[in-house]
Amino acid sequence: MRHSFLDRYSRLASPIHRLPGALKLAATLVLLISIVTVPISLPGVFLGIFMLLIVVAFVSAIPPVFLLRRMLFLELFVIGVTVLSLFQKNGIIIFTALSVKSTLCLFTIVLFSNTTPFSELLALMKTWGISGLLITTLSLLYRYLFVLVDETERMHRARTSRTFVTRRRALWRSYATVIGQLFVRSTERAERIYAAMCARGWR
Amino acid sequence: MHIPDGFLDTKTVVMTGTLSLVGVATAWRQTKKHIEPQRVPMLGITAAFVFAAQMLNFPVAGGTSGHLMGAVLTSVLLGPNAAIIVITSVLVVQCLLFADGGVLALGANIFNMAVIGSVVGGFLYRGVSRVLPGEWGNISAVAIAAWFSVVLSSICCAGELAWSGTVSWDAAFPAMAGIHALIGVGEALITCLVITAVKRSRPELLKANSGKNGARTGSVIVYALLLAIGLVMFISPFVSTWPDGLEMVAAKLGFDQKAIQYPLAEELFPGYKFPGLDSSTTAAIIGGVLGVLMVFLLVSILSRKLKTRA
Repeated sequence: MRHSFLDRYSRLASPIHRLPGALKLAATLVLLISIVTVPISLPGVFLGIFMLLIVVAFVSAIPPVFLLRRMLFLELFVIGVTVLSLFQKNGIIIFTALSVKSTLCLFTIVLFSNTTPFSELLALMKTWGISGLLITTLSLLYRYLFVLVDETERMHRARTSRTFVTRRRALWRSYATVIGQLFVRSTERAERIYAAMCARGWR
Repeated sequence: MHIPDGFLDTKTVVMTGTLSLVGVATAWRQTKKHIEPQRVPMLGITAAFVFAAQMLNFPVAGGTSGHLMGAVLTSVLLGPNAAIIVITSVLVVQCLLFADGGVLALGANIFNMAVIGSVVGGFLYRGVSRVLPGEWGNISAVAIAAWFSVVLSSICCAGELAWSGTVSWDAAFPAMAGIHALIGVGEALITCLVITAVKRSRPELLKANSGKNGARTGSVIVYALLLAIGLVMFISPFVSTWPDGLEMVAAKLGFDQKAIQYPLAEELFPGYKFPGLDSSTTAAIIGGVLGVLMVFLLVSILSRKLKTRA
């Protein structure tokens, strides 16, 4: 089981983790909206938000190295888009504004997702009256994500340990077979899950 | 193609949010109405499957690698309605759990990847496989659907970025469309290979899924309108400032002065722009939306007439 890369730290016991999920979600949204809408000519606001986030990160006791690594990994995708903004009038200003804003937004969401368990979010969505079908889909996705990622890794390992070709064509074919097989197994698993759900009084 | 937060301005966030809300609501209503109870868990498990499949990296060239996106694959396997729900759930989890794609930009991401990916992919697949019969026709339908949906999503993404004023269209369009024309080839290849693999081991899965859960006429109309409005909104303001092919040729050959003016068309939509509005962008958008609606109305009236006659 190597799925700890998922929401590993979302179940710690810090004061931030103990706060109600609704409060954290509201705070996250307020922060995101203010980061996006405040003009870049007020650097004080962004500095303030950054300090606040640093304090939250410190209190939440999430290892800083983990946070830093996650941020750097996600930053790669952000830079890909920000670089494009250089090719226009006032490119440098827009580039700085975008980088600052998107980095702060990323930091906010990373902190939020690592201090709030997903099941709590789902319970929250249920109280908003979001349809049962969507909630069921989301919770099954979250529940079986770990199982299927494990299964994929096992199948992939088994496949690579038995095939000694490095030609791209053969590789692609074998990867695709793994994915196809994964789908077939998922279908069979869904049938078993349905039987289990019915046995426990679903519907 | 996941747009992070901070890249879209308020109007784009609201617009894409509304479009994807309507899209997901339509998909949800259709699925709820027509799904058999034993297939409900299938949606969640397929979403987990898409997630897990995205973790397998295919070696491309020179040390780079890519992965499956899966909208067209899901659309072919489960039908477009279910695919929208599945891909939307994947995007929600990616956003809230991994900060991959922004929270405010979720609407844009859902529209680009879940709605466009599933709808364009699903309908192109059905249309082309009807025209091209047989095993090979089916596989090439998958390939065409995959390529077009990836490229169209990326163009829409570029349009949203340009509309927000973060990236200029002249930089965003070639970069996004160019890269994704290549990525689309990869996606088409992977999707075809996976479909073939599923067909080889469990052919009945494909047949069982593609027959049922197809979109009904009502939802087809909603999806078509959503796509049209989205494309007109995000792309047409930029495209319309270019001279179109015919106008350019006419200008080059010097007979644009001789062009006959069509009085009625000019009066209604001068240069496709709605009269009485100063801002040319707004005018272009409104003109485009009206144009789409009129064409749509014409087509639906015509098709109904033709149907009753046949």
